Amino acid sequence: MARPNRAAVIKDEAKKSILLLPAVLLLLCFFIIPIVLTVYYSFTNLALSGANAKNVEFIGFENYKRMLTDPSTMTSIKNTLLFLVGSLLGQSILGFLIAYFMKGKPKGLRSVVGPCILAGWVMPEIVVALCCMAFFKDNGTMNMILGAVHIPAVSWLFKHPMMTVVIANVWHGTAFSMLNFQSALDNVSGDIEEAARVDGANRFQTLIRIIVPCIKDTIATNTMLNTLSTLGVFGLIYAMTGGGPGSSTTTLPIFMYNQGLKGLQLGYGTAIGMLILIVGAVCSVIYTRILKDQ
Amino acid sequence: MKMKKVMGLSLAVVMAAGLAACGGGSDKEASTGGNEKKEADSGKKTITFCFRDDGQGEDGALWKWIQNGYDTWDKKDTVELNIAPIVAQEGDYFTKVALQLADKKTCPDLVCEDTFQLPNDVSAGYLTKLDDYVKDYEDWNTSYYESMKKGVTGADGSVYGIPYCTDTRGLWYNRDILAQAGVISEGQDWEPKNWNDILDACKAVKEKCPDVVPFWCNSGVATGEATSMQTYEMLLYGTGERLLSDDDKWIVKSQGILDSLNFLQDIYTNGYGPDLSLVLNGQASNTSAREYLPEGKLAISLDGSWITGNWTDTGAAPWPEAKDVLGFASMPTSEGQDPKTITLAGGWALSIPENADAKDETFEFIKHLMDPEVYTDAVIAQGNIATRQDVAGDETYSAQPFKQIATEFLESADFRPQNDKYSTVTTSIQTMVESVVSGTSPEDAMTQYATDVARAVGDDNVTEK
Repeated sequence: MARPNRAAVIKDEAKKSILLLPAVLLLLCFFIIPIVLTVYYSFTNLALSGANAKNVEFIGFENYKRMLTDPSTMTSIKNTLLFLVGSLLGQSILGFLIAYFMKGKPKGLRSVVGPCILAGWVMPEIVVALCCMAFFKDNGTMNMILGAVHIPAVSWLFKHPMMTVVIANVWHGTAFSMLNFQSALDNVSGDIEEAARVDGANRFQTLIRIIVPCIKDTIATNTMLNTLSTLGVFGLIYAMTGGGPGSSTTTLPIFMYNQGLKGLQLGYGTAIGMLILIVGAVCSVIYTRILKDQ
Repeated sequence: MKMKKVMGLSLAVVMAAGLAACGGGSDKEASTGGNEKKEADSGKKTITFCFRDDGQGEDGALWKWIQNGYDTWDKKDTVELNIAPIVAQEGDYFTKVALQLADKKTCPDLVCEDTFQLPNDVSAGYLTKLDDYVKDYEDWNTSYYESMKKGVTGADGSVYGIPYCTDTRGLWYNRDILAQAGVISEGQDWEPKNWNDILDACKAVKEKCPDVVPFWCNSGVATGEATSMQTYEMLLYGTGERLLSDDDKWIVKSQGILDSLNFLQDIYTNGYGPDLSLVLNGQASNTSAREYLPEGKLAISLDGSWITGNWTDTGAAPWPEAKDVLGFASMPTSEGQDPKTITLAGGWALSIPENADAKDETFEFIKHLMDPEVYTDAVIAQGNIATRQDVAGDETYSAQPFKQIATEFLESADFRPQNDKYSTVTTSIQTMVESVVSGTSPEDAMTQYATDVARAVGDDNVTEK
C-alpha cells in the first residue's frame, strides 16, 4: 500500500466524521444539552406553578444551601446508601452463587434455572413493582405461605419497607450479575482449578483463593454498573411504597420528585438531581481507581 | 470493503431516520392537546377538556356530565369535544395539569381546578381572566353564591373560574355500630362535644366490636390534599388556630399544630385507626367510602360530604341503605370551645387556560354545563353541594340524603387560605401527618414541617406561635 498523502487523510477523516455525526447529534440533543440545562436550572428558582413560574430568576447557590441544611436531604442520602448497599450485596452475591453452582451442571437444569432468573430482569420496573406488591402485601403470597405454617402475617410494606424494596430490586437485578459472572467463570481455566485441587485445596479454598481473584475485574465492573443503575431506581420504589411510610424509603430520586414535581419547585428539584449526579460520579471515580490499581 | 460502506451508509440513514421519527413523534403527541391539526381537517374548533379521573373512566360522574352536556349542546355540530382525563392520584394531578398548562401545545381548553390550586396557577399566569365573559353571563350575578365567587377570584380581583361544586366535611358514623358500642342509644344522633368524646367513642367501639375499625381519616402523602384538608385542617382549625397568621405569615410551630398531631397519634397508637397499609395509599379514601363503610367494617369516618356520590344507583358502590345506617355529625372543636363545631369548605372550578385556543366556544360550553337542566343531575351524581342557589332549591336535589345537613354546615364553613404558596405548603402538611401516623413524634414532625415550609415560602414568611 502506498503512503497516503495529506489530502487523502483529511478526506478519510471527514468521511469518518460524517458517519459519526448522527451519534454526536443524538448525544448533543438528548444528553449534553439536558445536562447543561439541568446545571443552569439548579441555580434558579424555576417553579412549575406560582409567581416563580412566570419570573424565573438566577438565585446563585440558594438551592444548594437549602438542600444542605435540610434534614430530609441527610435522610434521603442515608436511605439511598442503604438501598444501594443492600441491592449491590444481594445482586452480586446471589448472582455469583447462582452462576457458580450452575457451572458445569447439565444443560437441562441450566435451561430451567436461567430463564427463571432472567424473567425478573426482562420485566419492566413497574411490572416488577406490581408483582412484588402482590407478593408482599397484607393478604399477599408471602403472608399466605407464612399462614400455612402458622406464622402470623407481617405487614411487610409497612413494617420492613426498606427490606422489601431491596428484595424487589435484587429480584429484578440479579440476572444481570448472574450473566456477567457466568461469562467470567466460563473463562476461568479448568487447569488452574484442577492444579489447586491436586495441591490439596478444598472447594471453598479454590473458590476464595483461585476463582475470585481470577474474576475480580468482572466483580468491579459489575459493581460499578449496578451502582449506577441502582442510584437511578425510581419507579420501583415509588410504585411500591411511594417513598413512605413517612420517609423511610425516600431515596434521592424520590426526594427529587417530591420536591421538584409534587412540590412544584423545579429549581430545587434539579439541585437534588445534581446531588444524585455527584454521588454517581464519586462512586464511578472510586471504582475506576480500584480497577486501575489492579 | 464495499459491503462495509453500504452497511455504514444504511446505519447512518437508519439513525437519521430514528432521529426524525423521535422529533415527529413528540410533535404529534404534543398536538393532541392543541387544535391546529383537527381544525385543518374539519374546519371545526375542538374543546379539549382535562379533569382528574380516579379510575372510573366513562362511568365517572364528571365524564358523564361532560358527555351529556356536549350531547345536549346546540353548538355541538360546529365544535368538537375531546375528553382528555388525567388518570392520577390527586397530588400527581396538579403536577400534570401545571405541566400541560405551561405549554401551548399541550394546553387543554377547559380544565378542572381545585380552588386551592387556583391562586397558584393564577400567579403563574396560566389562567384566563373571565371578567369580560361573566359580565355578560346573567346567571353569574343572580344565581351563584357570593362565597363561591370569592373562591375563584384572584388576588387582583378578577374572576378565573366558574365554581361547579363545593363540599363540607364532618364525621360519618355508623348508627348500628355506635349503638352496639353503647355510644348512642337506638335512633339517637351522635353529637360529640370535643375530641375526647371521639376518642372515647373509638375506645368503646374497639372494646365492644373488635372486628370494626373505629376511626378512619386520610393520613398519607398518597391521598394528597384529602390528608391536608379532611384531616389536618379540620383538626387545626378546631384548635382555634389557622395556617396563616393575621399578617399573612405561615405558622410553623404552635400548640395547635402539636394538639392536632397528638390527636392523630392517639388514634393510631391506641389502634383506633385502620392498618397503615390501607390508609397510606392513594386509594384510601375510596377504600373507606366504597368498602369499609358499606360493609359495616368502619364506625367513624372523618370525610367529605361528597362521598354520598358513591352510594347512588349509578355510583361506584350503590348503597341505598346508607341514609338509614349512617349519620353525619359535625366535627367538634378540640375542647368544645366556640364556635363548638368546625368544617372546611373547598370546591372545584372550571377554568380556561391562558394558552387555550377556543376560549369563546369554551365559555359558551361552560355556560351550558352549568345550566340547571344539565347541572342539577350532575351535581347530584357527584354527591357535591351545588354552587347555584336555584339548583340548591331544586326538589330532587334537596331530597338527596344528607344534602340538607351538609349544606347547613356550609353556613359556618371556613376556607383554605387564598395564598399562592398554599399548594406547596400542603405537601409539607401531608408529609408531617404521614410521619406522625407512622411513628415519628409530633415534636419531631413539627420541626421538619417548619424546615420544609421555611424552605418553600422563605424564612421571612414564617412565624411561630
